[in-house]
Amino acid sequence: MKIIYKTWWKALAVVLIFYTIIAGFLLGVPRLPILHETIRNLYFHVPMWMSMLSVFVISVFYSIRYLSTNNELYDLAAVECVNTGLLFYSLGLLTGMMWAKFTWGAFWSGDPKQNSAAIAFLLYCAYLVLRNSVDEEQKRARISAIYNIFAFPIMIVLIFILPRMTDSLHPGNGGNPAFGRYDLDDRMRMVFYPAMAGWTLLAVWIATIRYRIRLIEYKKNDIN
Amino acid sequence: MKKFWILIFLTLSHIAVFAQQSAGVEMADAMRSSGKIYVVIATLCIIFAGLAVYLFTIDRRLKKIEKDK
Repeated sequence: MKIIYKTWWKALAVVLIFYTIIAGFLLGVPRLPILHETIRNLYFHVPMWMSMLSVFVISVFYSIRYLSTNNELYDLAAVECVNTGLLFYSLGLLTGMMWAKFTWGAFWSGDPKQNSAAIAFLLYCAYLVLRNSVDEEQKRARISAIYNIFAFPIMIVLIFILPRMTDSLHPGNGGNPAFGRYDLDDRMRMVFYPAMAGWTLLAVWIATIRYRIRLIEYKKNDIN
Repeated sequence: MKKFWILIFLTLSHIAVFAQQSAGVEMADAMRSSGKIYVVIATLCIIFAGLAVYLFTIDRRLKKIEKDK
């Protein structure tokens, strides 16, 4: 856990994101009907989901660690990762709605991808509600760890598998090719992958800051 | 043989259509050539620089508090 106090990877995150902001607007993109310049949203909308996934994976990892060790610090790490993940989840949903307005015609068109993303969002909100409704600390930690471990695969199925099996407007779903196959050319790859890495690191950074604040609060309560 | 060449000609004739389609797609070329896109990049860079500095200060303040313990 020493790595969360190091500075180099935080600086790396900032450098990568600066690079994607500059190169993301200046480098060429394929000329595609309907999308036009909005294809550049790929550099900013998709990394939100990647960041969300990364912190949720870390959260599940710490929930499992909590269940096997009963160390309460792991529970704190898990909940702060979910909190950060929900921030990026909201950003992903909002940027997706913005993009949908100008390419699909409406902010919310009841698309399977949008609907299941909304359901999975509520699933994680329920995690926080469940947590706050249990007073006893050990019970709260255990119940929410188990819930978190079950919520994660359900979220994956809802967002990434079910929409793929029906008709959806979202790229990569229901016979609709993902950007990766035809449109993501080498110029876009040069920006897209650094963007994914940069925003993921930023999300982890915010999660570690939240965790450290939680840790201080936890120790303070322990002394009293 | 003639039919064959007509067939080849007709199959290849759609290439021009595709070329026209991609040329006709509207992109922000004018904006980029006139240089105004740099203003947007500069704005975004300022915003993100602010956020990054803000995060680093929070990080540093946290480090101080953690050391006090």
